[in-house]
Amino acid sequence: MAAPRIIVIGGGLAGLAAVIKIAEAGGNVDLFSIVPVKRSHSVCAQGGINAAKNLKGEGDTTALHFDDTIYGGDFLANQTPVKAMCEAAPAIIDLLDRMGVPFNRTPEGLLDFRRFGGTLYHRTAFAGATTGQQLLYALDEQVRRYESEGKVKKYEGWEFLSAILDSKGACRGITALDLRTMELKAFAADAIILATGGNGAIFGKSTNSVVCTGSAQSAVFQQGVYYANGEFIQVHPTSIPGEDKLRLMSESARGEGGRVWVPRTPSDKRPIKSIPEAERFYFLEEWYPKYGNLVPRDVATRAIHKVVYELGLGIDGQPMVYLDLTHIDRETLNRKLEGILEIYEKFVGDDPREVPMKIFPGMHYTMGGVWVDFNQMTNVPGIFACGECEYQYHGANRLGANSLVSCIFGGFMAGPNAIKYAKSLPAIEGDGGAAAELLRQSETNEKLINNQGGENPFKLWRELGSTMTEHATVIRYNKNLKAADEKIVELLERYKNVNLSDKSQWANTSFAFTRQLYNMLELSRTIVQGALLRDESRGAHYKPDFVDRNDEKFLKTTKASFTGEISGPRFEWEEVDTQFIKPRPRRYDAAK
Amino acid sequence: MATRTVQFEIKRRANPEAQAVWERFELEWRPGMNVISSMMEIATNPVTADGRETTPITYDSNCLEEICGSCAMLINGRARMACSALVDNLEQPIKLEPLSKFPLVRDLQVDRSVLFENLKRVKAWVPVDGTYDLGSGPRVFPQEQEVNYPLSNCISCTCCMEVCPQFNEETGFVGAATIAQVKLFNNHPTGKVLMEDRLRALAGDGGIQECGFAQNCVEACPKQIPLTNAISDVGRDVMVQKVKDWVRG
Repeated sequence: MAAPRIIVIGGGLAGLAAVIKIAEAGGNVDLFSIVPVKRSHSVCAQGGINAAKNLKGEGDTTALHFDDTIYGGDFLANQTPVKAMCEAAPAIIDLLDRMGVPFNRTPEGLLDFRRFGGTLYHRTAFAGATTGQQLLYALDEQVRRYESEGKVKKYEGWEFLSAILDSKGACRGITALDLRTMELKAFAADAIILATGGNGAIFGKSTNSVVCTGSAQSAVFQQGVYYANGEFIQVHPTSIPGEDKLRLMSESARGEGGRVWVPRTPSDKRPIKSIPEAERFYFLEEWYPKYGNLVPRDVATRAIHKVVYELGLGIDGQPMVYLDLTHIDRETLNRKLEGILEIYEKFVGDDPREVPMKIFPGMHYTMGGVWVDFNQMTNVPGIFACGECEYQYHGANRLGANSLVSCIFGGFMAGPNAIKYAKSLPAIEGDGGAAAELLRQSETNEKLINNQGGENPFKLWRELGSTMTEHATVIRYNKNLKAADEKIVELLERYKNVNLSDKSQWANTSFAFTRQLYNMLELSRTIVQGALLRDESRGAHYKPDFVDRNDEKFLKTTKASFTGEISGPRFEWEEVDTQFIKPRPRRYDAAK
Repeated sequence: MATRTVQFEIKRRANPEAQAVWERFELEWRPGMNVISSMMEIATNPVTADGRETTPITYDSNCLEEICGSCAMLINGRARMACSALVDNLEQPIKLEPLSKFPLVRDLQVDRSVLFENLKRVKAWVPVDGTYDLGSGPRVFPQEQEVNYPLSNCISCTCCMEVCPQFNEETGFVGAATIAQVKLFNNHPTGKVLMEDRLRALAGDGGIQECGFAQNCVEACPKQIPLTNAISDVGRDVMVQKVKDWVRG
C-alpha cells in the first residue's frame, strides 16, 4: 500500500507540528498556506510556553498545570485531552530546546521560567518576548529539512476553499485557490488537517494577523462540521489600540512585575510620575491580592472595563489604563522583554522603560472552534483539526502561554491520528466527489466576480467588526446579541449586492477577501447565537443579567451545526468530561 | 478649517508584464495612521486623488507588528516595513514602490521565495534525531543565548538583500540574512554538526566572497541584527574551511 497522503492546511505551530509527525512517520504531506509558513500568525505569540518542569524548586507538577488549566477555563474543557496535554508539555519543551529555540537561560545554562496569569508557579519557558516567533522558526526549519528531502510539498500562496466529500460523507481532499494566478484546483488526500488559527477578523480589529479570518473553519462548518463553544472569545486585557489593528502587549510584562493602575482622581492632570503611590489605584492588586496583576485574562479584562466604564477612572477620561514597568531596571527589561517594548516604542513613540504604557483590552483568541474528538478528528470522517481553529483545550478561558503548548500538542496528536485513519480508509470510488466540488466552487467564484451591486466588501466588514466588538466581547446582553444577529442577517443580505472594484484574474486580493467575508458572516452567527443561548457567566462569557455560573444547565459544550436557513445554526449541547477534577467555584481573590 | 489630509503616490503594475503607473491618493488624516491602515482605507474607497475609480492596492501583509516580515516595500525610497511606517513621521507625498530586486507580482507585492531557497542551500536547521522524548537539550549559557537570540530574530523581510549593491542576478549573492543564519546554526551545539556543509555552500559563486562590505544591510535591518559581524565571522570560517578542504585534497 502506498504511503498515506495527508493535506495540512495552515503553517503555524499546529500545522507544522502535524507536518513533522507525518513526515517522520513516512507519510507524504501537502502543506497549504495563504502566506509563506514562516510568516504565520504564531510569530505574534510573545510571552512563552507553559510546562510544569519544576526547575524553580516550587514543587510544580503536571497535575497542578492540569488543575490551573481546567480551573482557569471555568471547567468547560473536556478533562481527558487537557490532562494529556499538560503531561506531554515538559517533553515538548525539551524537544523545542533540542531543535535550537534560543530560550532564556539561568546562569547554570538551564531553561529559565517566568510566571504567567492564572498560576502561582514559574511555569512559562520563554525566548525574550518573541517566544512564538522562535518556536515557529524551529518547526519551520524542521519542515524545510523534510521539504528538501522531498517528504513535504509546500503550497504557499494557496487558499483553502472547501473539503471534497465523497458519497459516504468522508473527506477525500480539498479545493484551493492560487492567490497569484487565481487558478482553482482540486487536490486529493486520504485525510486533511485544518490548522487555520483564530477568527479575529470577525471582530474587525483584534490582536490577530490579517489571515486570521476563520474562513476555513466556516467553510467546513457549512459542509457539516460542528462548531463548538463559539461564544467563548478571549479579550486580552492589555493591547495597544491602533488604526489598523490592536497590537498585543504581552502578559509577560506583568509576569516580570508590570503593574496595572489608574490615578485615583478622575482625569488627573499631573505628570504621571509625580502622582504619589497613595494616589494610584492598583485595582488588580487591591481586588485580587493573591494573584494581583496575574489574574486570568477574562478577570483582568472585566476589571479594566469596570474601572473605565463604571468608575470613570480611565486615563484622561479615555478608555485606557496604565501598564507600568518603569520601576524595573532597564537591563532586566531589555533582557526579558525587549521585543514587546520595541513594539510599543515603534508604534506609540514613548519608551515604556521611562513612561507607563497606555493599554486597553482587545479581542485576542477564540477558545471555541471546530468540534473534534479526542483524536482531533471532526464529525466528518477524514477532517482533522488542531491549534486555535479547534475548541478542545481551553474551556471558557485560555490561560496565558497555554496556546503554544496546545498548538504543538494538538498537531502532534492530529498528524499520527490522520495517518492511522488514512491507513484503514476504503479505496476511493470514482473521483471521490472532486469534480462536483470543483464545479460548486467555480460557480461561486464566477458569480462573485461578475456580481453587480453597490456594496463595498471592506465597508461591510467594518460594520461586522464594530457590531461584534460592541455586542459580543466583554459584556453581553441578550437584547444586544439579538440586535447583533439581526445586523449579521442584514449584512448577509447586503452581501448579495457586493461589487468588486477589482475584477482581474491576477493576484486579486479583494476577491479572496470577499470570499472570506462571506464565511466570516456565517461563522459570526455561531458566536452571537451561542452567546445568546448561554444564560450564565462562565470564563470569558459574561452576562450582567446572569452573573453566576450555572453548572446544572450549562456545564456543557455548545455544538452548532449549519442549516442554511435564515434562522441560523442549529444548536445542541454535549456533556463535559469532568472525570478527574470535580467542578468547584472559580475565584481569584484568594488561593484556590 | 479644511480637513487635514495625507498624500500618497503609489507605483502600480497590474501584473509583471504591465506598464507601471503612478496613482495619487488623498486620505483624511487620523492620529496614529500608518502605511498599512492607509492602504486599508483606500480599499474601502478605491478612488484616486483626481476622482478616478481604481482598485484596492495589492501588497503583502500579515501580523502588522513587524514580526512576520511580510510588508516590506520601498517607502519614500527606503526599504522598510509598512506596518511600522507611521504617517506622521514621513515626508509627503508618501511614495510607495515595490522592492526592486525581486520578481514583481502585482503593485507592491513581490516574490521573495529566493530567501527560503537559500535557507535550504545552507541547511539552516538543527538535525535532531527525532521528535520523541529524548530528554533535555544541550546546556546553553546565558552569554551564548544572548549572542544567538538576536540572530534568530531575523524576520525574512529581505530588506538587507534589497539594499545590498551586490545582491543581483549577476552575482547570485545569497545576501546577509542567510549568512547570519549560518552563523546561528553553526553556533548551536547540535547544529554545528552540519557546519562544513554550510560553509562549503557559501564558498563558491554567489557565496560570501560576493559581499562588498557596503554595510547597507545592517543599516536597513528593522531588527538590528548584527549582520556585518555575522558576515565577517562566517567569512573567516569559510576561508578556514577552504584551506582545510585544499589540504585534504
